[in-house]
Amino acid sequence: MTSTKSTAISLRVNGETHSLTVDNRTTLLDALRERLDLIGTKKGCDQGQCGACTVLLDGRRVNSCLQLAVAAEGREVTTVEGVADGERLHPVQQAFLDLDGYQCGYCTSGQICSAVAVIEELAREWPSAATEDVRRPPEVSEEEIRERMSGNLCRCGAYVNIVRAVTQAAKNEQVTA
Amino acid sequence: MREFDYRRAADAHEAVALLSGEPEARFLGGGTNLVDLMKTGVENPALLVDVRGLPLDRVEVADDGALTIGATMTNSDLAAHPEVRHRYPALAEALLAGASGQLRNMATVGGNLLQRTRCGYFTDLSRPCNKREPGSGCSALDGEHHNHAILGWSEHCVATNPSDMAVALAAFDAVVRVLTAEGSAEIPLAEFYLPVGDTPHRETALPDGALITGVTLPAATVAARSRYRKVRERASYAFANGSIAAALHVEDGTVRDVRIAFGAVASRPWRAREAERALIGGPATPEAFAAAADAELAAARPLAHNGYKVPLIRNLVVSTLTELQEAAR
Amino acid sequence: MTTPAAPPRTSATGTPHTRREGRAKVTGEARYAADIPFAELAHGWLVTSTVARGRIRSIDTDAVLAMPGVLAVLHHGNALRLTPGAGVMGPDANLQLLQDDRVPHVGWPVALVVAETQEQAREGADALVITYDEEPHDTAFRADHPGLRPTTPSPLAMPDVDQGDPDAELAASAVVVDREYTTPEEFHNAMEPHAAMARWENGRLEVVDSNQGSYAVAQVLAKLFSLDADKVRVRSEHVGGGFGSKGLRLPHAVLAAMATTVLNRPVRVVLTRRQMFSLVGHRPATAQRVRLGADADGRLRVLEHETASATSTVHEYAEQSTRHSRILYAADAFRLRTRVVPLDVPTPSFMRAPGWTTGSFAVESAMDELAAEAGVDPIALRIRNEPEVGPVSGLPFSSRNLVGCLEEGARRFGWADRDPRPGVRRDGRWLLGTGVASSAHSAGVGASTAAITAEADGTFTVRVTAADIGTGARTALSQIAADALDVSPESVRIRIADSDFGPAWLAGGSMGTASWAWAITEAAVALRKKLADVIDVPPEGITAGADTTELLGAREQRESHGYGAQFAEVAVDPLSGEVRVRRMLGIFAVGRVINPLTARSQLVGGMTWGLSMALHEEGARDDVSGGLANGDLAGYHVAANADVPVIEADWVEDHDTYNPSGIKGLGEIGIVGGAAAIANAVWHATGVRHRHLPISLDRVLNGGRR
Repeated sequence: MTSTKSTAISLRVNGETHSLTVDNRTTLLDALRERLDLIGTKKGCDQGQCGACTVLLDGRRVNSCLQLAVAAEGREVTTVEGVADGERLHPVQQAFLDLDGYQCGYCTSGQICSAVAVIEELAREWPSAATEDVRRPPEVSEEEIRERMSGNLCRCGAYVNIVRAVTQAAKNEQVTA
Repeated sequence: MREFDYRRAADAHEAVALLSGEPEARFLGGGTNLVDLMKTGVENPALLVDVRGLPLDRVEVADDGALTIGATMTNSDLAAHPEVRHRYPALAEALLAGASGQLRNMATVGGNLLQRTRCGYFTDLSRPCNKREPGSGCSALDGEHHNHAILGWSEHCVATNPSDMAVALAAFDAVVRVLTAEGSAEIPLAEFYLPVGDTPHRETALPDGALITGVTLPAATVAARSRYRKVRERASYAFANGSIAAALHVEDGTVRDVRIAFGAVASRPWRAREAERALIGGPATPEAFAAAADAELAAARPLAHNGYKVPLIRNLVVSTLTELQEAAR
Repeated sequence: MTTPAAPPRTSATGTPHTRREGRAKVTGEARYAADIPFAELAHGWLVTSTVARGRIRSIDTDAVLAMPGVLAVLHHGNALRLTPGAGVMGPDANLQLLQDDRVPHVGWPVALVVAETQEQAREGADALVITYDEEPHDTAFRADHPGLRPTTPSPLAMPDVDQGDPDAELAASAVVVDREYTTPEEFHNAMEPHAAMARWENGRLEVVDSNQGSYAVAQVLAKLFSLDADKVRVRSEHVGGGFGSKGLRLPHAVLAAMATTVLNRPVRVVLTRRQMFSLVGHRPATAQRVRLGADADGRLRVLEHETASATSTVHEYAEQSTRHSRILYAADAFRLRTRVVPLDVPTPSFMRAPGWTTGSFAVESAMDELAAEAGVDPIALRIRNEPEVGPVSGLPFSSRNLVGCLEEGARRFGWADRDPRPGVRRDGRWLLGTGVASSAHSAGVGASTAAITAEADGTFTVRVTAADIGTGARTALSQIAADALDVSPESVRIRIADSDFGPAWLAGGSMGTASWAWAITEAAVALRKKLADVIDVPPEGITAGADTTELLGAREQRESHGYGAQFAEVAVDPLSGEVRVRRMLGIFAVGRVINPLTARSQLVGGMTWGLSMALHEEGARDDVSGGLANGDLAGYHVAANADVPVIEADWVEDHDTYNPSGIKGLGEIGIVGGAAAIANAVWHATGVRHRHLPISLDRVLNGGRR
């Protein structure tokens, strides 16, 4: 077998296709940050223990620090830079801004990507550990949102406002849906 | 992290073929555990065979009601699957109690079964660890072990298996389906995880080079009335200090069927067969539940700093079975 | 020409403003130290010791230097010599990196591998073989350790106090509480790992850094590398949290500067999460003994507080836990002691409300025990012991409204309906209880400079070496400048975090906004004077500056503090050991609040830390190896979203002009007393007193012990 420690891949990120050759060790997080200059996605622990690196992969939230870039070929990546509709902020972004759902901002990109996916997961009626009865559809409640957002640590302690922001965005989504 | 080759397998047979004869090769599923272990240097594969894209990502329902769960199905998809939510709610709850939404979207069923212990010494290359480096010693035995095993450990290793999913699978008599170059095989979950003994580095009965293709859950009426309860040091996003998967079927005050398995107490999900035996055919009362827990925990050997797990598990047995019984009324 | 009179402008301060950098933060455009690209950037990866004490015997660099992409391996045998004596607050030997072969603790920097890419640097660091001559180590902290000793006198050290006759007062007391409380090692864990990029640019060392004060960092680097102060420029754009960890210890910046000097190309050094557990300070483990003696009605006769904390052998940091005892309550006699135990552990440091946080847990828990013993309501007990002047110093208070906080908090929390008996409320499997504690934090001001330029287009540019580590400083300072200039905040441009702007206090000690605001206000006065005679502003603008050093020196001594009262309701499952906080309320008296939106966020953030400290945080040190057994975010738990309920923070009137801006600072007070309020609520729920943090489920199952 021929040895190939690096691989030529094409990555689809925020609707754009990028061709690049990556060291097989390169995580999606590092590829975004170091190769594509998409620095919005943050490295908080590099071990899947904080959620700062959360991006959407085929529409689902993942920790990009544990996702090898080479294994993301052919999949659709959405980062915080691709969440807004042009100049118009996504309702989650606007709610974070209005309700002060952050302080230092370092976990914010991950929180926002996660929140966008949480709203989608609720719409799909996925249960969570906070769902009283997993046989029934979950409600859109602060308790559900707290549980679902728990994979995104915030050391400034902005959780209270994060929950308000995500709840507001989720309820708006329900109204418009 | 050392450099490695990367291959993507188109189907399960190709995956097995790619791995065969490559002792330093590993299958890559969601990568949530393997990639982390590669970063810390615990795993140093020369080749990764990516199996995440294999067409093993769905649940099939057999005529007798048994479910066969594809190995590359994500933990999220499995937890959201209607058959699981309605017929094996404890499995859905166990999956949802694990990790975070992000990690559950990545982690596969096969990978979850093979995840390694979260013992801090296992991932600290500067410390002795028999699981990582056979014969080097166990740092946890006389070190930090407040969340280590109380059952089934040996002086060679006191680490616990971190999986929540596997606890529910153990309660429901799951069977692991594997593929090797010789063909496919089935391994009951009860035999899948090996006793610690003096070989803590050998964790499963999976043959060398074998690929997990799926898990079969036999049909079980009792499973429809089941719970998974997990106790941990945070309300979410933390490994268990103790957990229980339990299912209970009571008729006229008598236990007809019961399933109990514990998590975070041993090197493997701990099926509480002593407790089950003590309960079957007897009264469904808190006293009987407590006596059954005691029967199982008679074998417990707590370490210096994890004795709290004994009352914790005992209490979880009583409260979870009581809750199941009350819900059935 | 006549112009209609402008309508009176609404004050910018005191009204809520969303963050100036808010859009950048929610879109991912905000750049942190490791985000900024540089051509020819090389990456440094730190290698740290695996032994707790000893000497480096050998470092085998040849194999690593031969690896692809590796550019250099810096270690004590080849590193640049650094000038001794550097430090932000006095000399700190932790800055003397790679200078000798001594290893003082696990996780001490022993080498830096620099390579073309991160992956290559990391692989080189992993492959570097280092051998040590190990020596026996001791990392086990306890109050009766034979190495226990008084602290070394310093401007930061609280002197011991012997006031009145404590023994006689104890003997005469109707009620005595005499207890020991402990708190574990706790770690800041700002979400942004410490990072710096350093390069030489036009004969100057330029550093893009993650820190709490660029001027202080520039000064330290200049001293370490024997450079003129104006030959170093340190700046940051955004900083992802600090909490005290980004002020004093700068291994990333020092090593990046060293590597760029050796390699003559830009070098970035980013700490890993694990490295943050040994290199940037932490809150040390404490053991505290509190003795309270009181009359039957709860009036304190004596307050004794002896505190011991762990420190390192590199640099003495003493946790000043008696700060709380010096200011909160009146008593006839005081006996206060601060002790340290030097061990083979990393050097502790300031961590959000240092001293106050640990001390308040002990003293506010003891006050609750006294209330229960004396049969006095915990709030009434605190009000009964309200002092007229500083209880130890005798100095007047600049202002003090603790009583207002307790009373307003009690009203809003519903305290009046509380049944004081413990262990009598149940909600299903949960036992319920409520608790209260007082909060306080010093309200200091540090000397700062600031400059404001009136631009030709009618706008204003403020320059001050402030840092916005998530506090909202940018926004608050622009509000302050707008009011001082009597213009709208939209016409104020604020530039911060650049050492070229001149000396300024750090974002620390809850002193940042107060310190910078004073300088900005003075600069605005000077600018308005200058502008009074100006008809046309020239293209380069007109600039006026200010320096508050002299103003500050002219102030009389006062006891100047913020105060607060924290309330918590908890649920405890005695069968599983789980503890959940159901709600928290904090009412604070913190002077003038500039931006209610971000101020509330900071207070709630501090209270969230209090919750996290009470229930989760604990470094588990393995005394066999001397290292941490849980040094990552899966092992070291900080509160996750699901742990945090609705937390409300609000404030009462507190007019204080000791600092002319009226600002007292509120970045830290939110954590003070929080853990005690929760521990007191756990007692009220269960009847079991938790004197050792965290209140983990094993302790709950074991009746408060391990």
